[in-house]
Amino acid sequence: MSGKRVDIVVNGKAISVLAGATVATALLNAGESGFRQSVSGEARGPVCGMGICYECRVTIDDLPQQRACLRVAESGMRIETGVPVA
Amino acid sequence: MRDENALTCDVAIVGAGPAGIAAACRIAEAGRSVVVLDEGLGPGGQVWRPKLGGLQPKVARQWIARLQATRAVVRESTSVYDVAREATGRFILRAESSGIGVSVSASHVILATGARERFLPFPGWTLPNVVGIGGAQALLKTGMDVAGRRVVIAGSGPLLLPVAASLAAAGAKLLLVAEQAPAARVRRFATSLWRRPKTLVQAATLRSAFLRTRYAMGTWVRSAGGDGVVREVTVTNGQTSETIACDLLCAAFGLLPNTQLARLLGCETVDGTVHVGPTQETSVSNVYCAGEPTGIGGVELALVEGEIAGLSAVGLSVPQRLASIRASLEREMKMLDLAFALRPDVSTLAHANTIVCRCEDVRLRDLDARWTSRQAKLYTRAGMGPCQGRICGAALESMMGWSSDSVRPPVQPARLDAFLSDDHTSSAPEGAR
Repeated sequence: MSGKRVDIVVNGKAISVLAGATVATALLNAGESGFRQSVSGEARGPVCGMGICYECRVTIDDLPQQRACLRVAESGMRIETGVPVA
Repeated sequence: MRDENALTCDVAIVGAGPAGIAAACRIAEAGRSVVVLDEGLGPGGQVWRPKLGGLQPKVARQWIARLQATRAVVRESTSVYDVAREATGRFILRAESSGIGVSVSASHVILATGARERFLPFPGWTLPNVVGIGGAQALLKTGMDVAGRRVVIAGSGPLLLPVAASLAAAGAKLLLVAEQAPAARVRRFATSLWRRPKTLVQAATLRSAFLRTRYAMGTWVRSAGGDGVVREVTVTNGQTSETIACDLLCAAFGLLPNTQLARLLGCETVDGTVHVGPTQETSVSNVYCAGEPTGIGGVELALVEGEIAGLSAVGLSVPQRLASIRASLEREMKMLDLAFALRPDVSTLAHANTIVCRCEDVRLRDLDARWTSRQAKLYTRAGMGPCQGRICGAALESMMGWSSDSVRPPVQPARLDAFLSDDHTSSAPEGAR
């Protein structure tokens, strides 16, 4: 695996992640396990890894409810986790 | 000028896994136009997903190269949320790709929508770091770091072996692989594989990759515990239970066909699988189905079904060779189904307080066994969240005996921008808000 990395911003904090990783794995590797807040306030993280379960939803570049497992982390991406569903 | 988001073709294929790729090759090679829509990041589906920075398996590379040598159009990161038959008899598919509406008009449709994992609720299953088994594989392949992490796998079926092997190879401390099927059934199945020595060698090779880990048959998950993240799992063999500290729990119970689009078109389903004839045509004429939606069968069967569907959709005859490979693989899959049939225990793991619908946080105690799935929806919102019942629908079918409710477009959430930028027609599908 090449060691190339890209910089993204998670909850206002800059982190460096593996180039080519999805947002989901980038966040998991950075120690983030709670991706979204469920309707009753529980922390939830990725389950299916393939876009079925919608548990890994985060805000990416101000766009809410994006499935982190279906997006590749790109340089400069801004990600917010734990955003309660309106 | 041709609008690249309003496409017209002879055959539209949903899904670029093995079945969709094989179908597209056959169609394009016959000189007909074909568009393949896929939600993933690149062709290959789940089973051929490449490891980050690595290559796809050789057979995948060969098929994808064959596809790329044709004029087939493949659209990635494109989620189909609606398909309908128009008055002209043609089909219109509507999809979203990063907020942009994509529509395809086609005279024939091939549904190669693959499978998802079956999740059954148990106390603690909603904790972060409790993932699927295929889910763990997908996350590993996209770069998840598991080195030194304590991992337990609890589930059922042949998928356990490759995932256990991958986790061990990635440096995880794999503590237990629990298979719910009883040892006698699994052994009988393995014995029946003598006709397929390649499969046996494959299984043995995978097993040798995690030899230091216990592979316990007749053992299943009972609960997971933790404080905001999973810390431990309790497994049982029905007599005794054991609690193991872990950082990652992979738990799922086999695979389920994705049939939403087929049901939306009115295709007949039998026991949760799309019913097809010898040409892979469904009960709706000009609609074909191939791969896992017609019954979980694995890569080889998906490829053969895809080829047959592709040939048939453009009016070519199916070589006897393909039909006989399909028949023999189907027989094997029936034995696999029997070997790994789920014990009833795994459908009764949830406690009153356990969440059963993860999108809407509906708990078991909120449901009444006398209801139908429709009543559960109306009274509690179970199955009405973003996953549209893909997780809880199958769980509630196992737990309550509720058959899946009717399906309506959009079959998955799509951004309003996608509806508004749909160029083929202006009518948003019923149910769009």
